[in-house]
Amino acid sequence: MGLDSALTIAQPELLLAAAALGLLVVGAYSGRLAMTLVSWGAMLALGAAAVLAANGPLGQAFKGAFVSDGASVFAKVIIYAASGVAIFLGERWLVRAGNAKFEYPVLVLLAALGMGMMVSAGDLISLYIGIELQSLALYVLCAFQRDDARASEAGLKYFVLGALSSGLLLYGASLIYGFAGSTRFADIAGAVHGPASMGIVFGLVFLICGLAFKVSAAPFHMWTPDVYEGAPTPVTALLSAAPKVAAMVLFARVLAQAFPHDVPQWSQVVTAIALISVTVGALGGLVQKNLKRLLAYSSIANIGYALLGLASGSEAGLQAMLMFMVLYVIDVTGFFACLLALSRGGKPMETLPSLAGLVRLRPGLAIAITILSLSVLGLPPLSGFWAKFYVFKAAVSTPGMEPAAVYGLVMSVAAAFYYLRIIKTMWFDAPEGETDAPPLDARLVALGCAAFSFPLVIPALAVLDPLALAAAKAFGLA
Amino acid sequence: MDLQAIAFYTLAAIMLAAAGLVVTARNPVHSVLFLILAFFSGAGLFVLLGAEFLAMLLIVVYVGAVAVLFLFVVMMLDVDFVSLRSGFAQYMPVGLVVSGLLLVEMVMVSGAVASSGAAAKVKAAAVTGRSNIEEIGRVLYTDYVYFFQAAGLVLLVAMIGAIVLTLRHKPGVRRQNIADQTARTRKSGLSIVKVATGEGISE
Repeated sequence: MGLDSALTIAQPELLLAAAALGLLVVGAYSGRLAMTLVSWGAMLALGAAAVLAANGPLGQAFKGAFVSDGASVFAKVIIYAASGVAIFLGERWLVRAGNAKFEYPVLVLLAALGMGMMVSAGDLISLYIGIELQSLALYVLCAFQRDDARASEAGLKYFVLGALSSGLLLYGASLIYGFAGSTRFADIAGAVHGPASMGIVFGLVFLICGLAFKVSAAPFHMWTPDVYEGAPTPVTALLSAAPKVAAMVLFARVLAQAFPHDVPQWSQVVTAIALISVTVGALGGLVQKNLKRLLAYSSIANIGYALLGLASGSEAGLQAMLMFMVLYVIDVTGFFACLLALSRGGKPMETLPSLAGLVRLRPGLAIAITILSLSVLGLPPLSGFWAKFYVFKAAVSTPGMEPAAVYGLVMSVAAAFYYLRIIKTMWFDAPEGETDAPPLDARLVALGCAAFSFPLVIPALAVLDPLALAAAKAFGLA
Repeated sequence: MDLQAIAFYTLAAIMLAAAGLVVTARNPVHSVLFLILAFFSGAGLFVLLGAEFLAMLLIVVYVGAVAVLFLFVVMMLDVDFVSLRSGFAQYMPVGLVVSGLLLVEMVMVSGAVASSGAAAKVKAAAVTGRSNIEEIGRVLYTDYVYFFQAAGLVLLVAMIGAIVLTLRHKPGVRRQNIADQTARTRKSGLSIVKVATGEGISE
């Protein structure tokens, strides 16, 4: 395989890298126009990369280090779209906050590039470099409001704990390399036949711990509420959407393609992590008054459900995981867009009591939050219901997973309490006073996502279902 | 015992001792100096393996740049290491449990290595007759070109991040403008004023 064909396969990533470098120069020399110019340029680049990914050739490049298959294409389209939305939300927000620095869209672009490399990783080295590129850009984005003590704290905390998790991941990767003799997933799968040796199992467990940190699954979730609360809200919207998809697809790829003969071994570990996450997310959210912290616990619980799909270790389970992630990303982006749209006296409304009586003040946004809450809660026929439906269907049809599925269902009922409390506060409590006029960009995204949750999700399912199935087939599990 | 084995055990012993002292030394400057000693012993081990280019790289990059930078940071930052250590006793039990677990795991893994032999699976490097540096350059720009370029992007992000988070444009800073400076004439740069006695000059 020559370099030409390798470059053709990596087209979307090359485009993003070139765009990031070019826009950096454009931004440095275009004065006051920089923010607008670079933001729209970055969104254009992300859109073009998504189109290229969807239509580009499939195959392996760079001796298997970079893989383009159904799963990577499926994930890339979602990731690039979600990153584009984060730039769209962040641009006006930063201008309003008086911190319009053109590095924001460039860093989101580089993070998206890292995520694209993650979902295309076919080698332990490209896995690690992809994760680091994505994480490093996100650390900086978290601390982007550098004069805000909470944002700096969030960035530092994320950085220190992220470095720790990278250490765990590398330790695992080095053990796997030592015992399998290769860093390429296909070669590892070839070297590990039958019951894995002690060294491989240790490596695998460390690798899973590192990845669990990246998807903020319990018990590696400690950073999530603090980082979500402290980071600028558009960055939190990005954090909770695209990187989670990238890390989940990477998680699935490394387990399914490097360890296809050890499904029972890793399935146990992933099930345990999934159930702990579901529990922590459901119970931790009950006591939260800050909406960003609450959404952090909600995302921990939801990652638990996605991991439950992965733990099924079957094609149906992986399809369920992919469907869950798409629908969840749209829901959570809508939620954060609502938070971005709401402010009172110039201060963002981030606590639960501040939402009181919202339906009388901002009926459109209140209805959007209601639809999104009911959707994340899992009420049929909203999108969140279909997401959980896929996961539980896959879990129930896997022998031995039935109790886990039932437990997940019980915990989702417990978590319903805090979504219902948001709705109750908005519809039945007395308002505290006028809110500011919501900005157009955030309102547009909020209403769009709510409209997708219901009713657009019904026709969308007919399109997404076969796409997710084709993507799940690419992982190569039966 | 041949000469190579003697050299290996000496260097390895020095390296381990230095690494232990990095952690236990009370004075942080001493820690960094022991770190440099550990790097030197590591470079010696590389030479024993026949990787002379990596050995030189370790000394140039780690000793010459990284460790010296560490030394500067440690000396210039006024960090109160005594107060940093104040929580040490409090977190000691948790730390001991975690490091104990890691130790047990490492022993078990090394047991597994000893019994099954991880080294047996690793193919021996082919002898090519090319020099070390030539061989590394060859793989870096062929098989590993993707990783190499991607790592470059990671470093770019680090650079952008450092600038975004720390650069502040202060108003009133005088910058060099060569065109303005050379276009200065006697008229624009000089004025003759009559100073009244006892008044001084104000702008």
